[in-house]
Amino acid sequence: MPGKLRTELGLASPDDFYESLIGAHEGLSDGQSELLNAKLVLLLANHIGDNVVLTEALAAARAGIEPDQNPSA
Amino acid sequence: MPNAPDLALFAFAPCPELAGEVRRHTVAIVGAGPVGLTAAVDLALHGVSVVVIDGKSNVSEGSRAICWAKRSLEICDRLGTGQQLVDQGVTWNEGEVFHGDELIYSFNLLPEPDHHRPAFINLQQYYFEQRMIERATALPQIEMRWQHQASDVSVFDDHIEVAVETPAGIYTLECDWLLACDGVHSTIRSSLGLDFSGRVFQDRFLISDIHMEADFPAVRRFWFDPTFFDGQSTLLHKQAEGVWRIDMQLGWEADPEEEQKPERVVPRLRRMLGDIEFDIVWTSVYTFTCRRMERFSHGRIFFLGDSAHVVSPFGARGGNGGLQDADNLAWKLALVTKGDAPEALLDSYDSERIPATDENILNSTRSTDFMTPKSRVSRVYRDAVLNLARSHEFARRLVNSGRLSIPAIYSDSPLNTGDTEPFEQGPPPGAPAVDAPVASPQAPDERRWLLDQLGTVFALLAFDDGEMDWPRLQTALAQCQPAVRLLRICPPDAADTEGALIDRWDIAAFRYDGAPGTCYLMRPDQHIVGRWRKCLLPEIEDALNRALARH
Repeated sequence: MPGKLRTELGLASPDDFYESLIGAHEGLSDGQSELLNAKLVLLLANHIGDNVVLTEALAAARAGIEPDQNPSA
Repeated sequence: MPNAPDLALFAFAPCPELAGEVRRHTVAIVGAGPVGLTAAVDLALHGVSVVVIDGKSNVSEGSRAICWAKRSLEICDRLGTGQQLVDQGVTWNEGEVFHGDELIYSFNLLPEPDHHRPAFINLQQYYFEQRMIERATALPQIEMRWQHQASDVSVFDDHIEVAVETPAGIYTLECDWLLACDGVHSTIRSSLGLDFSGRVFQDRFLISDIHMEADFPAVRRFWFDPTFFDGQSTLLHKQAEGVWRIDMQLGWEADPEEEQKPERVVPRLRRMLGDIEFDIVWTSVYTFTCRRMERFSHGRIFFLGDSAHVVSPFGARGGNGGLQDADNLAWKLALVTKGDAPEALLDSYDSERIPATDENILNSTRSTDFMTPKSRVSRVYRDAVLNLARSHEFARRLVNSGRLSIPAIYSDSPLNTGDTEPFEQGPPPGAPAVDAPVASPQAPDERRWLLDQLGTVFALLAFDDGEMDWPRLQTALAQCQPAVRLLRICPPDAADTEGALIDRWDIAAFRYDGAPGTCYLMRPDQHIVGRWRKCLLPEIEDALNRALARH
């Protein structure tokens, strides 16, 4: 089912973006990286704004990830 | 120092049933808290006799509910206590949210001027109860019975019997209808074995009311990760007569007994308040919970307020939600007891108040999840929101220190008549009426308030078109069963303003999208039944019948 979420290539410069994304975490602890990721998600989600796109993105991100038998582990 | 137990004591008085007399009361209310008293006064103003029983001999100890929302004040205006509450309470519209020591977000809950009542007042629950008791005592339809404790209830086809314990013995109270306003630990609910399910959040808060002479503003201040208190969140809020409410998040491991001891409480407050002298008035430790009954009406018994539903605090949705329960049920029950409406009207109590309760529970649950993140990732996002909120406007709207009570809109109520013509503005069917300043022809520059003109009856708010035969409409409306009051709104330059309200400041017409000819039919609880672009009697009568469940 074609949705509103664009999944064909949209990035103007994919390799440059990927390098920047990893680079942004340089020198950070795991906890700091978690915070950076969360801030990034919130900033981009607000930029997108469209609830349909965001809901589809959440589902696409979740796809294929099954909860562990023991979630606290 | 104001201390609740000093405020008022009510003597036990025997009643005819204790002397062996059998009496059948129309309505009995169990519980003389804010909700039971509001229901009693509302019913009495509709001419219904009410007996109120309460096991206590005083108003509530400790201040408990403190924030009374605009809608609650409007309900109290209708009942005659609104002005006293506003005079005694602390008016506030603004809130501030801090992360550590830094102000990250502030809000104003009343963004437009020209409303009679503010977004909120803060007033200790015992003062609210006192004002309402004074009002109830002045009404001949209400009989207050203090130290009369309900202990059991029996259901019959045509009435209810309540076993009541008093210092002078036990008796049976008979009534046609019973309102259980007896709080979260409702005796009526448990003696009927009814459900009360929901969610308990794994967190505890220390609630303290302290007396101090401080010049902090009357602003709701909320701290995430305050520097004066280890890690968690804190609320500071002003009440009447130098009393301040402080809530501190303790965490789930905290020992409720231990944390209430002065040697634990005082140093904690000292770190927050610095050198200011203070006295502790009342403290308590509570756990966040959200629960509700599956249904609030059970034949001849209705549950209102905390007996029917509880929410976590920080949204002021407990007390204010309970007052809306009373506001919703009183007129319906009054019309049914007088034979003006079929018993089917009472079914709408559930169909209107259950969605309203679910809205309160949803908002309260979201606030609690934000304040008390229940997983590592939810904590990370919470911190990310607080971090972004310092410099990015969008994130401030995600900060959730409580979504404060706003009145429910009964959008899907079977009592509504849906719009058939477009409206740009104005309260839709199911919404409460909106206030506006108006004037009378005799005093054209003196502000009066639209809601004060509505009373406790069905009313038609009509915007004059200069053509309608108003006297004829008024007569026809008065002959409806029950009668509908006509409120005609005229522009200041209208030719005939006799008996009308003048929209002197052009605000009423704006707020109701009130083009000439427009009319709104309002229920006795001031919620909108329906609205039209022309005042046509058959449509109005049809909507009135639907609002009374006669269809």
